[in-house]
Amino acid sequence: MADFLYQLLLTFDATLRIAAPLMLCAMAGIFAERSGVIDISLEGKLLTGAFAAAAVAALTGSPWLGLGCAILASVFMSLVHGFACITHKGNQVISGVAINILASGLTVVIGIALFRRGGQTPTLGRDERFKPIEWFGVETMDAVPVLGTIYRQLISGHNVLVYLALLAVPLTAFIIYRTRFGLRMRAVGEVPEAVDSAGVSVTWLRYRSLMIGGVFCGIAGAYLSVAQGGNFVREMSAGKGYIALAAVIFGNWKPLTALMACLMFGFLEAATSRLQGVDLPLIGEVPTQLMLALPYVLTVLLLAGFIGRPTPPAAIGQPYHK
Amino acid sequence: MSGPTPPLPRWADLFLLPIINLMAALFVCGLIVLAIGENPIEALGVMLKGAFVYSGGLGYTLYYTTNFVFTGLAVATAFHAMLFNIGGEGQAYIGGLGAALAAFAIGAAPGIIALPLAVAGAAIAGACWGVIPGYLQAKRGSHIVITTIMFNFIAASIMVWLLAGPMLEQGQQSPQSPPLPEGSYLPKIHEMLNAVGIQTTATPLNASFLLALMALMVFWVLIWRTRLGYNIRAVGHNPQAAHYAGINVPRTIIIAMAIAGGFAGLLATNEILGISHRVILNYTAGYGFTGIAVALMGRNHPIGIFLASLLFGALYQGGAELDFEFQSITREMVLMIQGMIILFSGALAYMFNPPLARFIARVIPRREVSHG
Repeated sequence: MADFLYQLLLTFDATLRIAAPLMLCAMAGIFAERSGVIDISLEGKLLTGAFAAAAVAALTGSPWLGLGCAILASVFMSLVHGFACITHKGNQVISGVAINILASGLTVVIGIALFRRGGQTPTLGRDERFKPIEWFGVETMDAVPVLGTIYRQLISGHNVLVYLALLAVPLTAFIIYRTRFGLRMRAVGEVPEAVDSAGVSVTWLRYRSLMIGGVFCGIAGAYLSVAQGGNFVREMSAGKGYIALAAVIFGNWKPLTALMACLMFGFLEAATSRLQGVDLPLIGEVPTQLMLALPYVLTVLLLAGFIGRPTPPAAIGQPYHK
Repeated sequence: MSGPTPPLPRWADLFLLPIINLMAALFVCGLIVLAIGENPIEALGVMLKGAFVYSGGLGYTLYYTTNFVFTGLAVATAFHAMLFNIGGEGQAYIGGLGAALAAFAIGAAPGIIALPLAVAGAAIAGACWGVIPGYLQAKRGSHIVITTIMFNFIAASIMVWLLAGPMLEQGQQSPQSPPLPEGSYLPKIHEMLNAVGIQTTATPLNASFLLALMALMVFWVLIWRTRLGYNIRAVGHNPQAAHYAGINVPRTIIIAMAIAGGFAGLLATNEILGISHRVILNYTAGYGFTGIAVALMGRNHPIGIFLASLLFGALYQGGAELDFEFQSITREMVLMIQGMIILFSGALAYMFNPPLARFIARVIPRREVSHG
């Protein structure tokens, strides 16, 4: 039993590590979509951020500079998205697809030009990455039976970006529910005409929302390549941006419920990798590849109204014509 | 800026604007090539030579073209009903499963029986994978974009599971199915030409290219010459009006997505029945996504789709040539170009519209329209 609980704890720990980039991207998605802009380009921004972070960290030796450039690169992609679908009123989905494909191509093209390693970046040394942070009093807490282990494994020992990801959720909730900008942003995603007639610029509000999303995606990208991993590998975002998008929908475009969805998807993946090759009673060997499709299947079922009814922002997907 | 934008003449809208968008995309790509220290003109030359001049180059180009025609049609069919089908990749993947299952089920039958059934298997399986998102959109109000994205991932998971498990070839390490029975193989074009006495270089180009040309014609007839096509376009233009005109909107959406999925599934005829003769992990290799660029560039018209497919075929084949000629640019350059083309021909499609319209209005004075 104790062993099972310990395994469960390790699974929760892995859940947090898997969910961290999902949370950041989901918050980015909430900002974009609550302001009325469909954002399937989360994936591309994540990939761009991951590449920029690893490349700059490799060139300068500083993970912080890497993080900064990841944010800049990802925000740049947000601006491209905004330029296409806010300024030029282009189709938001097409713009998102373009950014995702562009990111796949650009990261490899620039990666090869810079490093000549077939699109990968050099492996970063220990000091060039974000290291796990040991929290205060881990040693003393070890004396406490259960809490000590939980404290050491689950709460302490993550890198700074994981804590940043956890902070991003209350921050997002605060901005969209408790600030003037947040109120206007939500309004612009529901009834942009009302915001416009109040004399507030729909364009500028949407641009700002997309840029905040860019910041979050950039941090998530840096997490993938200079915290969780030690270099950039082509296509390393591997659909995480889309899972985050699914979490946004699952969370009904709300930060706290989206966080729950991210943790649920993270737990599914963590549990799946733990169950690899394990024979369970009654079920037999777990088909892990099929388990990995569960977030997508659940999202499809949710969208189809089989488990609850999602209520997307009313003006989502529509360019605003003055 | 003075006054409202004059309307763009039809010829400019159909030909000039797409070319300007393409040029803008290529121009930005050229700047990036310059930035990484290579000569873009030289790179373009290498690609063109690789795609058309070198022996066998054209065959390879047309082989890629075949794939893009199928996936381009998958996107275009849905576009006519104002549905954005991002699921071409998954539909094509499941199409491969259908082709393989049909071929295995028939077993050692002569080609005249096995081939049509394997082709039908590909189309039907792809259609099934397209029809579910269609149904969910039409009857349950799910957003087709999100559902088709999710279906791509679900398809990928199912195929990994099948190819690494139940369908894995005995004694194989890499996930792939056993070879299909020989009756389901499509003949290669160079073999067909040799049979009538014309000697050409061996290339992967096979009879599925002819199937793709047929599909283009079927698409044209379907969309512009049948009642169903009319319904699809009516639903695409205005679902409410279509409903009041007595068109069954949900049914039309579902059928449109089935046809779209069927076109995507036919990709398997080229890749599996034509070339690899087995299902290989990730055999769709992003062709489904390229279909989006093809449909956008080709303006959802068969001639446009063929030309856009040819362009992308040339880019893919010419891109492979980049690997040999340059140190720092490789075929991934093509992915970047593809992204730029989707950006400029799709998302920014009408960026150049107002300035171009104003320019044309100034250069070609409009004929006086007499009132009264």
